[in-house]
Amino acid sequence: MSTGVPVAVLETERPWMLTSVQSTGLAGIASAAVIAAAALVAVFGPLLAPYNPDLPNLSLAWIGPGGGHLLGFDVQGRDVLSRLLVGARTSMLGPFVVVIVSVVTGVGFAVVAAWRRGAVDAVISSGLDILFAFPGILLAVLATAIFGAGLPAAAIALSIAYMPYIARVLRGAALRERSQPYVAALEVQGASATSICLRHLVPNILPLIVAQATILFGYAMVDLAAISFLGLGVQPPKPDWGVMISENQTGIVQGYPLPALAAGLCIVAVVIAFNVLGERLFERAQAGRG
Amino acid sequence: MNEPAAVSATAAAAPAGVAAPLLEIDGLNVRLIVRGALRPVLREVSLTIRPGEALGLVGESGSGKSMTARAIDRLLPRGAEVEGSIRYDGHDVAALSGTGLRRYRNQVAMIFQDPRAHVNPVRRIGDFMTEALRTNLGVPAAEANRRALEMLGQVGIGGGARRLRQHPHELSGGMLQRVTIAAALLTEPRLLLADEPTTALDVTTQAEVMAILDDLRREFGLAMLFITHDLELAAAICDRTAVMYAGQIVEVRSSALLHDDPLHPYTAALAAARPDISRTTARLLAITGRPLSAFEAPSAECAFAPRCGHARDACRAALPELVELDGGLSRCVRVREIRGRLGTPDD
Amino acid sequence: MLLVSLLVASFVIFAATYLAPGNPIAALSGGRSLPPSSVHVLEQRYHLNAPFFAQYWYWLSNALHGNLGISITLRENVSTLIASRVWTTGGLVLYAALLILVFGISMGLAAGLRPGLVDTSTVVLTAISAAIPAFVAAIVLILVFAVKLGWFPAIGNGTGLLDNIRHLTLPALALAVSSLAIVARVTRAAVREEGEREHVQTAVSRGIPARQLIRRHVLRNAAIPITTIAGITIASLIAVAAVVETAFSLNGLGAYLVQSAQSKDLAVVQGISLLLVTAFVVVNLLVDVLYAVLDPRVSLGSRAT
Repeated sequence: MSTGVPVAVLETERPWMLTSVQSTGLAGIASAAVIAAAALVAVFGPLLAPYNPDLPNLSLAWIGPGGGHLLGFDVQGRDVLSRLLVGARTSMLGPFVVVIVSVVTGVGFAVVAAWRRGAVDAVISSGLDILFAFPGILLAVLATAIFGAGLPAAAIALSIAYMPYIARVLRGAALRERSQPYVAALEVQGASATSICLRHLVPNILPLIVAQATILFGYAMVDLAAISFLGLGVQPPKPDWGVMISENQTGIVQGYPLPALAAGLCIVAVVIAFNVLGERLFERAQAGRG
Repeated sequence: MNEPAAVSATAAAAPAGVAAPLLEIDGLNVRLIVRGALRPVLREVSLTIRPGEALGLVGESGSGKSMTARAIDRLLPRGAEVEGSIRYDGHDVAALSGTGLRRYRNQVAMIFQDPRAHVNPVRRIGDFMTEALRTNLGVPAAEANRRALEMLGQVGIGGGARRLRQHPHELSGGMLQRVTIAAALLTEPRLLLADEPTTALDVTTQAEVMAILDDLRREFGLAMLFITHDLELAAAICDRTAVMYAGQIVEVRSSALLHDDPLHPYTAALAAARPDISRTTARLLAITGRPLSAFEAPSAECAFAPRCGHARDACRAALPELVELDGGLSRCVRVREIRGRLGTPDD
Repeated sequence: MLLVSLLVASFVIFAATYLAPGNPIAALSGGRSLPPSSVHVLEQRYHLNAPFFAQYWYWLSNALHGNLGISITLRENVSTLIASRVWTTGGLVLYAALLILVFGISMGLAAGLRPGLVDTSTVVLTAISAAIPAFVAAIVLILVFAVKLGWFPAIGNGTGLLDNIRHLTLPALALAVSSLAIVARVTRAAVREEGEREHVQTAVSRGIPARQLIRRHVLRNAAIPITTIAGITIASLIAVAAVVETAFSLNGLGAYLVQSAQSKDLAVVQGISLLLVTAFVVVNLLVDVLYAVLDPRVSLGSRAT
C-alpha cells in the first residue's frame, strides 16, 4: 500500500521546483490549438493557398521569400507556402486513417480477448505477440514492393503494424474493467455480451483509447512522412510534407534550406502537439481510473 | 471547579525514581504540503517512552499516528515543517546528521505496514536483512549472514541458508513481515516503531506475527511505539496506550485502566464501537460522522466536539489542553464531570 | 514465442510472391517481360511447379543456407549484394545505439536525481527532440554541421575505418535523436518513480547512506524499465536506418531495400526483409533475457507490458 507521500531520499533541502510538465495546462492548450489549426488547414488547405501549388516554373526555382511569397519557391519553382497548406491534407489524412483502422481493430481484439478470457485470450494474445515482430516501416516497404508505391499500401501496412500495440495496451485496461462488479451485475440482469461491451465497457475505457489514439497519431505521422520521404508513399509531385523534404533536400547543400526546413518544421510542430496532448490525456485517463 | 494546570507530558509520565525517558516528544507540530498548501497534520503532540516500555498509539485513519512515527524516524516527506522537539536519549533528533543520524536510525528500528511494498523485490532476503549491518556497522558478510540466520530462527522461519538466497516474492505476506521484524532487530535497536505491522496480513497470520513481535520485544527488553487502529490490541500488548484524534493526543492511560475507565469520550466510543461476539445487540454502535484529519479540524475548539455526545458550549470555546488525571492524560474539558459514564451519551 | 514470430514473419515475406497481383513470375520479375529461357530458370530455381508449402520450405532452407536468390535487376546473388552492405547498416545502428545508451541514460539520470534546472531543461528538450523524425533531424544536421560548419561530410560512406566513422557520425546522430530523447524521458521517470517507492523508505529508515541507496535500490530497480525501453528503441533503429541511409546517400541495406522496392526487385526485398526481421527478433530476444536477469519476479518469455 502506498503511503501516498514521497520521501526525501537525498537530504538536500532545496525547494521543489514545479516541473514544466506540471505547471503547464498551458502546454495542453497550446497543443490543442496547434492541432486545431492543422486540422483546419488540412480541410481548407486548397482554399487558403495563395498560389497554385502544382505548377512548376523552373525559372523561379529556389528564389527566397519576398513579394507575396512568404516562404519562397521550391526546387521546381512552386510556391512553398501554398504547397505546405495543400500538403497538410495528405500529411494528416494518412495518419488519420491509420489511427482509425488500427484503433478500431485493436479495440475490437482487446475487448474480445478481455471478455472471453481463457483460450480465446491466449490465442489472440499470441497472435498479437507474433505481429509485434514486424516494425511498421519494414512492413510498409514490403507492402509497397508487392502492391506498388503509394499511400494506400503504406497506410494499411502501418495500421497492421500498429494494431498489436494498441490492442495490448487496451487489453490490460479492458481486463480490469471486465472484473469490475458492475459488469457482473449487468450479466446477472441478462444483458448480452455485445451490449455490455459496447454500452459500458468501451465507454469506460474511452479516455484511455482517445489518449493512445492521439499519441499514435504522432507516430503514424512520422512513419508515413518517412515513407513518403523514401519515395514509397505519397508520390511526387503531390504536395505532402514528407515528399517536400525529399524533393528539396538538394537545396540544403546548395544553400537553399528553407523549403525543406519549412516542411520539416510543420511535421515536427504537429507531432509535438499530438505527443503533448496525448500525454495529457493519458495522465487524465490514469487519474480518472485510480 | 478547579481545573488543574496543564502539565507537560514529560513530567506526568516520569515520576521520580524511574529511569530517564528514552524518547521524549514535546509539543510536536508538523505541517505537510497537502494539495498545494501547508496544512497541519500533527498538533502539539507530546509523548514519552521509557526504556523497555511499550506505548500503544491508537487512532483511525488520518489521526496522525503514522506521521508521528515518521517524524520520530525523520522520514517526513519533502517540504514538511516541523516544530517542537524530539529527544532520543537526551539528544535532539532534529539536529542529527551524517553518521550521527545513521547511528540513530540503527537504534530506532521501524517496521512498516505492508511488507510487500517495503522490501525491495529485486534483491534477495539475505541482502535485505544484512544491508544495515554491513554498511553501517561494518560487519563482514559471513558474520552478518550468520546473525541473520539466527534471527530468522528466532522469528520462526526455518530453511537455513537457502532462505537468505530467496527473493521476497517467494515468501508469503506473514513470513515476509517476520523477515522485516528480524531485520529490524538485527541492528540491536533500543526502540521499535511498529506502524500497523499486522494490518495488511490476514487474520490468522496477524496473531502469529503479533505474538512473535511481543515475545521478542520483551526478550530483548526493547521499547516500542505500537501503532494501530485496534484499541484492544494495543491495550493487550502495551503497558500504556495513547489515543490520537485529528492530529492530537486526546488521552494517555495505562492499558489496564483504558477500557474500564477511559478519560476521553473518543476512547470510550472506540471501545464501544467494537462488536462484541459474546453479546447480541440490536444495532452496532458507530460513532456518527467521520474521523477528521488535523487540517480539517477546527483549531479553536475540541476537535471531537461535533461527534461527541457530551459536547457542551465549554467544549467549543477553546482548544482543550492535555491535563493530568490519575496518572493518565486527557484532553477533555468535562472529564471530571462525566467520568464513569463516558460511554453513554448525554441526554 | 519470438521464434514463432520469426517463422510467421518469414512466411509472410515468402508469401509476398503470391500476394502480388499477377502470377509469381510477374512478381519475381517485377513486371518485366522475360525471355522464355529466363522464365524457365526462375521456375526451376523457385520450384514454382511444386505445391505451396513445399516452395516455402525450399525458400526457407535456401535462406538458412545463405542462398537468397538472385536480384532481377543486377543479376547477382542477393546474398553477395547484402553482404557488401551489411557492415554499413550494422555500423550505423551500433553507433546510434551507443549514442542512445550513453547520452540518453546519463541525461535521464541527471534529470531524475537532481530536481531543479537540469531537470526542467531536460524535460523540455526531450519533449521536443522525441518528436523529431530521423529524416528531419538528418536535414537539420546536414545543414548545420555539414554545410554551415563543415565539420562532417554530408553524404557517402568514406574509405577506411576512421573516415567511415566520420561519415557515419551525422547519420548515427540523426537516427539516434528521437530515441535518445525517449530513453532519457523514461530513465528520468523510472528513477523518479523508484525513488518514491516504499522500499526505499525502508532503506532510509535503516540509515543507509544516500549514495548507496541510489545505487542499490533506486538505480538497480529502475534498470528494469530502462532496459526495456532501450531495447525497444534500439530494435526500432533497424527499420528507421533505411530512412537515414537514404537521406545521407549511404550504401547500406536500408537504402538498398528502398531502391529494390521501387524497382520491384522482389528477391532482394525478400532477402533484406528476412534479415532485418531476424535482427529485430534477435534484439528483442536479448532484451527479454536481460529483463529476466534483472527482475527475479519474471520468468523468461514473459515480459510485463
